[in-house]
Amino acid sequence: MKKDGKKRIWSEYQKEIADDHFFYVRSCIRQSFFPGSEQFFLHFMRNVLGKDVFENPSHTTCTGIGYHSDIVPFSTIMTVIARHFALMKESGYKNIAISCVTSFGIYTEIIETWKHFPEELEKTRDYLYKATGREFDIPENMAHTSDIIYKFRNEIAAKAKNLLINRKTGEPLKVVEHIGCHYSKMFPKYGVGGAEFPNVLSGMVEAWGGEVVDYPERRHCCGFGFRQYLVQANRGYSLSNTAKKFESMRPFKPDMVITNCPGCNMFMDKWQYTMREMEGTVYGENGESVPVLTYEELAGLVMGYNPWDLGLQYHMVQSEPLLRKMGIEFDENDKFRTKDGRQMPVPENLINV
Amino acid sequence: MEVAGQLASLGCQVTLIEKEQETGGHLKNWYHLFPDRRSSDEVAEYLNKQIDHDNISIYVATTILQMERKNRTFIIKTDHGKEIYADAVVVATGFDLFRSERKEEYGYGIYDNVISSADLELMFRKGELKLANGKTPGKIGLVHCVGSRDEKVGNRYCSKLCCITAVKQAIEIKERIKDARVFCFYMDMRMGGALYEEIYREAQEKYGINFIRGKVSEAGVTINNNLVVKVEDTLAGRPLKMELDMLVLMAGMEMSEGGRKIAEMGGLRTGENRFFAAADNHYGSNNSNIEGIFYAGTCTAPMTITETISHARAAATSVINYLKSGKS
Repeated sequence: MKKDGKKRIWSEYQKEIADDHFFYVRSCIRQSFFPGSEQFFLHFMRNVLGKDVFENPSHTTCTGIGYHSDIVPFSTIMTVIARHFALMKESGYKNIAISCVTSFGIYTEIIETWKHFPEELEKTRDYLYKATGREFDIPENMAHTSDIIYKFRNEIAAKAKNLLINRKTGEPLKVVEHIGCHYSKMFPKYGVGGAEFPNVLSGMVEAWGGEVVDYPERRHCCGFGFRQYLVQANRGYSLSNTAKKFESMRPFKPDMVITNCPGCNMFMDKWQYTMREMEGTVYGENGESVPVLTYEELAGLVMGYNPWDLGLQYHMVQSEPLLRKMGIEFDENDKFRTKDGRQMPVPENLINV
Repeated sequence: MEVAGQLASLGCQVTLIEKEQETGGHLKNWYHLFPDRRSSDEVAEYLNKQIDHDNISIYVATTILQMERKNRTFIIKTDHGKEIYADAVVVATGFDLFRSERKEEYGYGIYDNVISSADLELMFRKGELKLANGKTPGKIGLVHCVGSRDEKVGNRYCSKLCCITAVKQAIEIKERIKDARVFCFYMDMRMGGALYEEIYREAQEKYGINFIRGKVSEAGVTINNNLVVKVEDTLAGRPLKMELDMLVLMAGMEMSEGGRKIAEMGGLRTGENRFFAAADNHYGSNNSNIEGIFYAGTCTAPMTITETISHARAAATSVINYLKSGKS
């Protein structure tokens, strides 16, 4: 493997990422499945870096899941996105920060459509105005939240309390980075590092002391794929995609997986439970499964935040093996307690406990 | 080189301007030529003899900065401050090999044993067909149409030579490594030239080379640094995943960067494929859109060496006719 070759590709796919004043659009599922991720992002941006990140409570779903399920027509989703841009304009912002990879793909697809088919843009302006009386501008800068964390990865490294190093062996932790398909596979120019060798997550891993694993099925879809999963009869297909990835990465003995897409994270996490239940297969060492974290959760661990404040306990595959490798202290008793000490219900069948 | 030699032998004073340190273009890096496996050095030797003529002045390592026409004379200014006056100009800027790293999914320049067809020729010339770790490869894949017939990289055209080059190289691999298993991944086998079909058949029957109809979608590496390719086998109708020791990318041909600059400075028309556009596709393939400027060889389209030499001779005839009649 020649690192210089990758660097050459990365140099061709450097996108401009705004520095401040973001209009933030949330994901539909991130705060439900990984509640610490968006919380960390907002805290880090606002309180650690002192950036202006604005949220408008009237922001809605992008309807991407409906669009990819053939329920929401293209003209409708374009109008929904146009409304988000109108909210941004009304709030006085020009830089959009998108929390979800599905949404990010939707925004890029629509902006590219408008570029190539200006009549669609005009139609959308008309639909939005007739429906809401609103007008909009296309953002001057569009970034996924992983782009923004990538931009500030060295600031995180400078504040690191726990590098991605195995404390016992002193070796870098082996990290599988999984990029959501809709981040850059449709439009490589919108992704840091392009589509084939993306740098957005690998850049974070390297900045924080870890070693990126390049395994044969690195580019393969996690298996979510919307209709593979949403149509119940197709779920075996979804599962087999995830299994293919884990089989491929297993010889490399990864210490963790990080993802930048909510769907990927959910499936690579929860299908490990399914595979373990169905056939007793686990893909980590010592009979354990491989923790799957979001990049914000990992950034939070690196910066020394309490793992339970970051919401790691809400994954199916628990992160204790990783925390031990990183030498992070944690109190098992606090795992499912609220801040004021109340005991929450404890999920059954968690893995790696 | 051929045009220069032909014109010189007909009594013209010729100035040959070459941007590289020496003349000969891609030919000097090639090993054997298809279809008869003749050494490229023999053809290079012929061309070098062609330009060894008292009527020919050669400037190597020279770049043209400006080309203008005053009345019926072309004035060419070079980066060495030279001004060359000419009654006619022949553009023979050749082609650039497609940069294989642009097909990022194949990992050229990233994975150790992904090489281009030109790299393989250099290995043949050196007599060393080895992996990066010095071992002999046992399983080798050749990917056709790298940078050709590919909308993603903006090249819709066929580069014409890659199929036969792959067949030739596959045989050369088998001759060096008898036990090697060789796989050619192709879209269509375009065996249009004399003896091409015969060598293709020989590759299968005599050398046992496997031809799989399908494009390679991506390459990666295993923990042992073996390459893994994914291919759609369109004849079997199923996806295929295969471990290989070496992957050879059959790089296509593109309009040269030097040619592109000359097109800009000379106001010369280029086609959809970005090569120089001939004034007429059937009976004026050496003529440009500007009187007195002619084309020879692969600056107009992908061509074999045989075709390039024939095209160059036709260019010489066009120049002579122009100098006599004053019309292109």
